[in-house]
Amino acid sequence: MSGTFVGMPAFPKAAHEAVNNQTLRGNLRHATHTIRGKRAKAVAEVSDWAALREAGKQIKDHTLRHLDRYLVQVEEAVTAAGGTVHWAADADEANRIVTDLVKATGETEVVKVKSMATQEIGLNEALEAEGIRAYETDLAELIVQLGKDRPSHILVPAIHRNRGEIRDIFAREMSEWGRPAPEGLTDTPAELAEAARLHLREKFLRAKVGVSGANFVIAETGTLVVVESEGNGRMCLTLPETLISVVGIEKILPTWQDLEVFLQTLPRSSTAERMNPYTSTWTGTTDEDGPRAFHLVLLDNGRTDTLADEVGRQALRCIRCSACLNVCPVYERAGGHAYGSVYPGPIGAILSPQLRGTQSEIDASLPYASSLCGACYEVCPVAIDIPEVLVHLRERVVEGGQVTREGNKVVLRPAKGHAAERAAMRAARWAFSHPGALRTGQRLASRTRRLHPRSLPGPGRAWSATRDLPPVPAEPFRDWWQRTNGGKDGAK
Amino acid sequence: MSSRERILGRVRRALADVPADDTPYEQAVERGYAREHGDRSVGQTVDLLAENLADYRAIVHRCTAADLPATLAGMLAARGARTVIVPPGLDPGWLTSADAEQVPDRAESTPHELDRLDSVVTACAVAIAETGTIVLDGGPDQGRRRITLIPDHHICVVRVPDQVVSSVPQALERLDPARPLTWISGPSATSDIELDRVEGVHGPRTLEVVLVESPAGTEGTS
Repeated sequence: MSGTFVGMPAFPKAAHEAVNNQTLRGNLRHATHTIRGKRAKAVAEVSDWAALREAGKQIKDHTLRHLDRYLVQVEEAVTAAGGTVHWAADADEANRIVTDLVKATGETEVVKVKSMATQEIGLNEALEAEGIRAYETDLAELIVQLGKDRPSHILVPAIHRNRGEIRDIFAREMSEWGRPAPEGLTDTPAELAEAARLHLREKFLRAKVGVSGANFVIAETGTLVVVESEGNGRMCLTLPETLISVVGIEKILPTWQDLEVFLQTLPRSSTAERMNPYTSTWTGTTDEDGPRAFHLVLLDNGRTDTLADEVGRQALRCIRCSACLNVCPVYERAGGHAYGSVYPGPIGAILSPQLRGTQSEIDASLPYASSLCGACYEVCPVAIDIPEVLVHLRERVVEGGQVTREGNKVVLRPAKGHAAERAAMRAARWAFSHPGALRTGQRLASRTRRLHPRSLPGPGRAWSATRDLPPVPAEPFRDWWQRTNGGKDGAK
Repeated sequence: MSSRERILGRVRRALADVPADDTPYEQAVERGYAREHGDRSVGQTVDLLAENLADYRAIVHRCTAADLPATLAGMLAARGARTVIVPPGLDPGWLTSADAEQVPDRAESTPHELDRLDSVVTACAVAIAETGTIVLDGGPDQGRRRITLIPDHHICVVRVPDQVVSSVPQALERLDPARPLTWISGPSATSDIELDRVEGVHGPRTLEVVLVESPAGTEGTS
């Protein structure tokens, strides 16, 4: 995945720093609670929500189990409609394809509509390295780009910034990238949006190359679908002469009719609207309307490895609505940056370690970035059982075992940091299967209970740093049972 | 090996544990969801469209076919529009009363030229009542996608009740995916700054929708 997050500390450390940032926590709390409330209302308006959710799940599962067939169908349909299809096994290959396509046009700048896939592969940085400047055009992405920052939410990437911070970023940075911010810019959202409009319009009107992702690709027709609010998507998709769309292979839907499910569930789950302001669909190229050249880059980058995992593959149903972020008590406090990936929150905690593997410290820590409360599963419009996958990935981190990486089966060794946990579990198993030893140990623990420390020494310190050790009772339960005949004797 | 073969091979190996299943797609998914929500008369569906459009801050007008030219002329005058882009197949009768200079959309006109124009008037392909959405399909009375994007003021005429459907499933049935489609629900908007909704970031900041009654005898049943 992206090089953007190289060197990120593991989740616990990053989260620890984030929760001490009062501004960040305030901004996040306000944002997640507002969207959460609105979403519940938008969903309640639709009486058949449960049926739509089930249909969405089934459509995605069906597509995934026949993905090879649908990929070939997409290729045929897009080609027949005048587009060109490219296949990218990993981020480097996708970046190389896009860079070469841009270079072939002779252009040195591109306008971009917000796309998780291009963030995932670090496309902007790859283009920059080849002397091509990529302008993000979604307002929140613009804030992030100008602020030399990282996105912290799937839907509202600048959720961690308040209006004062945004004003300062615009006033300071806009002139570096093109039209400067107006003199005397205040921090009212309307003025800030106007500044962004003026700054970006000059770029839209002259752009020759646009880069996008897609929310859906329809296999039977070769149609791409982009859902947005601001109109920057429409600008990038229709004004340039060349359009390049980078799309994860899991974004396919079999038929045009399938959109009737997702165009109902996606807007209500993400922005809590009946419908987002703009949805664009296009099929190849159209004479005199829109780009003359259209390229679709089909991206694997860990998706087939995820597909190989029987429990974890359901993460590929994700339609990137971000509902799970907004209900997650952990995300609300830690913020998106702590996840060290473009996919934060509960979905990020299961998607990133699968796309990238669990070898790095940050990826091994992500399955633990959850309280397993289940709220994310409840709100998911395609019913991804995120807690189930989290537990499954925890087991993988601790126990190791066979996984697929870059198409090959490999055996993972247990993660290093969990040696003490495994040793403790082995000891517990032995003790429970040796009743005599257990009894002796329990009596010993009771008798020495006044000497017990409040926290654990050695490798157990991390565990007890965030928890109190349970107090040891004065008498083991089994002794009490024997002494009092199970409480029947009335003695305490 | 090409990346195409590599990816397809990986997909097939990844699915090795999945039992073969040849159920035709029509039977593979339970579509127990509703084709429309609620039980409404045709008139109520049109009312719902007007209500939901307004809820998303589009400005809604209603008139008869006979009053349409005067209504459009009044709307353009109220905006102070000096120029208006006209798609090639727009009913020429619609703008007979308008004072604004009518500019035909030409293939060679640049985005910069479009940026200097005040308003655009189009028809639509279909409108969805439950979501307050109008859909353009690039037909001759709607023109290319760029003309409804760059000018700051978009007037869209919806023939009611012919062009109105209740729901998203009903709209998709009527639309041709081979055409470039634009679904519009209210004016351009963003909530990226502290979730305060601001109209008009990049698309038109003002969307006006005219619900025009079809002449008697041509009313549909949707």
